[in-house]
Order: sequence, then C-alpha cells, then structure tokens
Amino acid sequence: MKIAVTTSGENLSSPLDSRFGRTPKFLIYDTDKEEFYVIDNTQNLNAPQGAGIQAAQNVAKEGVSAVITGHCGPKAFHVLKTAGIKVFYSNAKTVSEALEEFKSGRLTEATGADVEGHWV
Amino acid sequence: MIIAVLSGKGGTGKTTVALNLARSFGTPVQLLDCDVEEPNAHLFLPGEVRCTESVSVPVPKVDEAKCDACGKCSEICQFNAIISLKTKPLVFSELCHSCGGCALVCPQKAISEVPKFIGLIETIKYQSIFLIQGRLNVGVAMSPPLIKEVKLRLLPNMPVILDAPPGTSCPVITTVKDADVAVLVTEPTPFGLHDLELAVEMVKEIGPPFGVVVNRVGIGDDRVHEYCEKNRIPILAEIPDDRQIAEAYSRGEIIVDVLPRYRKVFENLLISIKKLAKKEE
Repeated sequence: MKIAVTTSGENLSSPLDSRFGRTPKFLIYDTDKEEFYVIDNTQNLNAPQGAGIQAAQNVAKEGVSAVITGHCGPKAFHVLKTAGIKVFYSNAKTVSEALEEFKSGRLTEATGADVEGHWV
Repeated sequence: MIIAVLSGKGGTGKTTVALNLARSFGTPVQLLDCDVEEPNAHLFLPGEVRCTESVSVPVPKVDEAKCDACGKCSEICQFNAIISLKTKPLVFSELCHSCGGCALVCPQKAISEVPKFIGLIETIKYQSIFLIQGRLNVGVAMSPPLIKEVKLRLLPNMPVILDAPPGTSCPVITTVKDADVAVLVTEPTPFGLHDLELAVEMVKEIGPPFGVVVNRVGIGDDRVHEYCEKNRIPILAEIPDDRQIAEAYSRGEIIVDVLPRYRKVFENLLISIKKLAKKEE
C-alpha cells in the first residue's frame, strides 16, 4: 500500500510537517516495495481558501491508502474519507519515525478532523 | 456624485466621516453601509427599518441519480467548491463563487443551481438620510456578493456616500468601484500611515480621484502629513483629537448635530470633495 506523509523535505530523514493542507510536499511511501518518491503539494493560487481540499485531491491522485500528518481540518478530512483514504495523526520528528510508528501499529486511525477549518 | 469613504486601518473614523458628510448635505442623501460584516451606521440613525430583503447566491446541487462521476465539474472549479475524485462530487458551498461553470459543463445535466441565503439588506430613513445596509449572515465567508446587492439599491437622483469596510481587499474594492471620488480616512500614527499607503496604492489601481482626511490630529507624529505632501495627495480635512467627539460617538450622536463648532470642518470637506470630483471631469 502507498502512504502519503506531509513533509518539507525530500527524503525519509526530513521533518514531518504538522500541516496537511499547506504542507510543501508529500513523501509517498510504498510499503510493499519499500520505495518512496516526493510530490509537490501544488496549489491553485486563485483559491485563497480550500488548501486542504486541494491537498486531499493531490494525494488521492497518487492512489494512496493512508495519510500521516500532524493535523487535518474538516473539509480535507471529508474529501479524504470520500476517497477512502485513512488519516493518522503523528507527532513524530521525521518522516521515517512517523512511518516506523505506523508500521508498528502505534498510530490509530483518526475518526475526524482535529482542528477547525481556517479562513485565510 | 458617489463618494466612497474608506481607510486601510480599522477604527480611524470612516463611519464618523461618512455620517457627518451625510448630515452636511442638507438635501436628501443616500448612505450605503458596505461594511456588511459589522454595519454600524444605523447606531447613529434612529429611524425605523422600512424594508428588509433577503439576499441569496446560487450554489450547485448535484442530482446523484444523473451524475456519472466524470469529474468535469471539479476540473472547471477554480475554488475547490465542487470536488470529484471519480466519485459523485462533494459540494463545499461556502467556497463557491457562484460562477455557474460546473452546471454548464456537466454533460449529464446533473447539476442545478439552488439559492443559498447570505444575508439581509435593510433600508432605514432618518430625516434626509436614506441608509441602506447589508448584514452578512454569520458563517458566510465572502461579503462581496452582498456588497454588490447593497450597491444595486443606489439611486441615481441623489448624492451617495459609501461607507467601506476596513482594509484593502475584495470587499473594499467592490465598494470603491464606480465611486466618483474616494476619501481616505487615517490617523497620524505609524499604523495609520502604513495602512494609508496600502489604501493609496489600491485606490490608484481603481482610479477615482482621492484625498485624505486626518482624524485625531494631535496624537502620533507628522509622518502622515509628510507622506501626503511628498506624494501630492490633498488633505481634505483635519479633525482634532477631541474627547468630546469620542464622547458624542460613544453615545451614538453625530458630531455636527451636537458640536456645532465642527460644522464648518465637514461643510468645507464636502466642498473639497466636490472640487476634487469636478476637477476629474
């Protein structure tokens, strides 16, 4: 399965970004092949609002089954849920730490958004 | 003549200037409170509400039985208000800008537009002032559609004063568009100057002739005056920092009504504004 992890860096030792919608990049990790690649969280700059919705579409396009991030707002959560993507919250320092937590079953699936939606 | 009263910074005295200008006309005048998130001009005009209208904007509604999840609606939307991940679309109506694009491109004709209530427009008459105010519904994030509706009620046969919201973003631009002249209210403080500069840049883009009213003169420093001089921006009026003005304001009173010594200030301001508008013609 593929997992998207929010990050500002390019590799497994990069820091986990606590934001979902406004994270600079996603590291997409394939647990079967134990390989990864990084995508930019491209945003339509015409839209001052709805960053989380766009980010959710970006990861959905990659065909991931789960997202690991710090926080997630209600709209993004709604889109991820509709796309059948599970959300896991983590306080890990790095991407690899977060993935370790996930693999060892230390993260529990989120049942909802953990922050309010925000208006820019 | 349409006069827009605006300011970059909040709390500099837009409503004070707008109300006192309206009182200084002496003939019937329309005052449009375009600060629809926090309309306050009515606090000073104890007339009865003569008319209340509700305002809606069109937002998409998806008929899921007709939808084949092609995703075209999602592709055309620039604001993420309708999302399809090759699934039946999700609608986030609070992000919708009511362009109607999704309904147009839907091959299955599965999208119709339904009204979403965004706020009220109230008309109040107090002596020779006709006040029209918008009241945005709590939770609605976009005010320009309601501001546009307020401005549709503008009458061509009398002078109009537009009381703008603070700032320099879309709601202010929506208000100032089609004004014949703009009055920028500021205070002589570093904050006032900073936001005045932003407001000047914005008004230059929109185009009407403009001048500055410096309120609470006596506090702060001389930098607002220096800035205006350097950039050849006319100072149309100066209102001193007077405790009696603040007291009158806090009681919901209009300065020219209760402090006659200030009548001349606003009469002269009106003359300067008229000159400014004329010069442009």
